[in-house]
Amino acid sequence: MAEAYPVLHEPWLVGSKSPAQVTEDVCSTMERKPTAVWWIGLAVSLFFLGVGVVAVTYQIATGIGTWGLNNTVGWAFDITNFVFWIGIGHAGTLISAILFLFRQRWRTSVNRSAEAMTIFAVICAGIFPVIHMGRPWLAFWMFPYPNYRGPLWINFRSPLVWDAFAISTYFTISLVFWYLGLIPDLATVRDRTQSGWRRKLAGVLCLGWNSSYRTWQRYETVYMLLAGLATPLVVSVHTIVSWDFATAVIPGWHTTIFPPYFVAGAIFSGMAMVLTLMLVARKAMGLEDFITQRHVGAMCKIVLATSGIVALAYATEFFTAFYSGNPYEQFAFWNRAFGPMGWGYWIMVSCNIVIPQLLWSRRVRSSFVAVFVIAILVNVGMWFERFVIIVTSLHRDFLPSNWMSYTPTIIELATLAGSFGLFFTCFLLFCRFVPVIAIAEVKGILRHDQRHEAPRAHTLAGHAPAPATALRGSAEEVHP
Amino acid sequence: MSRRLLLGVFGKEQDILGVTSAARKSGYKIVDVYAPYAVHGLDHAMGLGPSRLPRVCFALGLFGAAVKVWFEFWTTAQDWPINVGGKPWNSLPAFVPVTFEVMVLFAGLSTVFAFFYVSGLWPGKKAAIVDPHVTNDQFILVLEQSDAAFDISRVKRLFEAFNVLRIEERLAEEAR
Repeated sequence: MAEAYPVLHEPWLVGSKSPAQVTEDVCSTMERKPTAVWWIGLAVSLFFLGVGVVAVTYQIATGIGTWGLNNTVGWAFDITNFVFWIGIGHAGTLISAILFLFRQRWRTSVNRSAEAMTIFAVICAGIFPVIHMGRPWLAFWMFPYPNYRGPLWINFRSPLVWDAFAISTYFTISLVFWYLGLIPDLATVRDRTQSGWRRKLAGVLCLGWNSSYRTWQRYETVYMLLAGLATPLVVSVHTIVSWDFATAVIPGWHTTIFPPYFVAGAIFSGMAMVLTLMLVARKAMGLEDFITQRHVGAMCKIVLATSGIVALAYATEFFTAFYSGNPYEQFAFWNRAFGPMGWGYWIMVSCNIVIPQLLWSRRVRSSFVAVFVIAILVNVGMWFERFVIIVTSLHRDFLPSNWMSYTPTIIELATLAGSFGLFFTCFLLFCRFVPVIAIAEVKGILRHDQRHEAPRAHTLAGHAPAPATALRGSAEEVHP
Repeated sequence: MSRRLLLGVFGKEQDILGVTSAARKSGYKIVDVYAPYAVHGLDHAMGLGPSRLPRVCFALGLFGAAVKVWFEFWTTAQDWPINVGGKPWNSLPAFVPVTFEVMVLFAGLSTVFAFFYVSGLWPGKKAAIVDPHVTNDQFILVLEQSDAAFDISRVKRLFEAFNVLRIEERLAEEAR
């Protein structure tokens, strides 16, 4: 069966690479001088990061009155950005944990960068609620610690507290998972580098990894356990984010469909972001052999599937509002689509439901330009989804005398731009200093003829080794 | 006490799998196998039992969850009860999300730290590198020349049947 595999399926990587070539191809991207494109990208990202730093400093120093919020619209741009970035992160965990449990071996080419994306996206997300507190220097009040105020404990019944715990756990576990995956590759970097700071740093960070199989076996166990833990964790994180809304009594928020709807939307937007980054990285870093047509195709199919789930959720929401007989609920949805902010709704529907349908076509999936454009549009659409859920649900509530509109101020726009600057600065630095492909994992999925010698009869007096496959499960006792 | 080791360097996954199980079946003492990636089935070939780390994961996950439930109950219902929207002091269902998160945090971190501990990995550890190629493209089987019965020429013939690239003899001072 193993022999038939390469005949029936295209290989995941282009060319018949040997393990040594994989090491060389991935590591050389870090050892070369950075390209002009990388420098330009870094300069632009740093510029936006600077804009963001100025904006955040100003709004913390002045107060969040610098935003366009009013009595009716108390959550708007800031929380939209928070949910958007948290959602982006979820695809990284999908690729690193869920696809690992499903034995989707194509994930090996993209998991390292997708996990890095998760970490950076969660950092970006975490900034927004902290700013929204108004007094971010007291952010540590979110966590229970013995204090001189009683001690006064936090309210464990509040979804906002759940959020703080969910996101900090998610960040910690994602970081540990990412670092664990990096350890063998850092050892590879250490061993192929002759001297200098890179060897020293990699030597410290790889914790003295020496490729012993006894360690590998435990490593695989830990990797699987973390994947098993991260899978329900990622579902819980966006579920809890959705509870920030669903536990409120606002029409349009108070609905039980929110958790699955948010999780599907998060994976949808995150996968679009992975596609965006991968299509750029494979060109910029010269990784065309590793991130291939098949990888892009597989990710497009996930985008298409999650787009379908999101479409179903939109329709279900409307039907539930119609069928509820609740005039406030019905008005909230009518207002979403046909109210003064209906344009946001239609951007959302066209970017999230209509445009991704193009991905049914193999021709579209195999055009990197088309996929790139669709992925960007999906990201735009998913940002607007959060904007629609938050702002249009709030701006017209139960009493028409309360109705207000909302426009973001320049400070809010600068903060959003700054979060993109932070994200891309981190990502570009990651591409430069960390092996962007999981070297050790890719070696495990090389074409069979590269890893295996054609089976032949080993006959030797005194030794009669059976074929490797027949030996599996035959040995029970532990060797000292 | 120094040990006499025999190293066989191999270039293919199939060869290291074959030679390891053959060596084990012939009763040689396998010190370790070095591989650039996690070769599937090599643990069976070496005769390694399953790792006990899942037990750490389960136990510490359970411990974290239990401590968190108790803490939430203690803070919310005992130490300083506050009426929030008329909800009961002990709002157990509302404690579930944070309990879950803390369980995952405890289970994940403790498993990773237990792994570092049992595998002897720590920052700044001087790696015992058998050969720089084991993190790149070569597999090394290390046998201990334990007793007089260890017939080096027979082992060499066994290695050659599996396309050995190089055979080396080494003296090891410490255990691994």
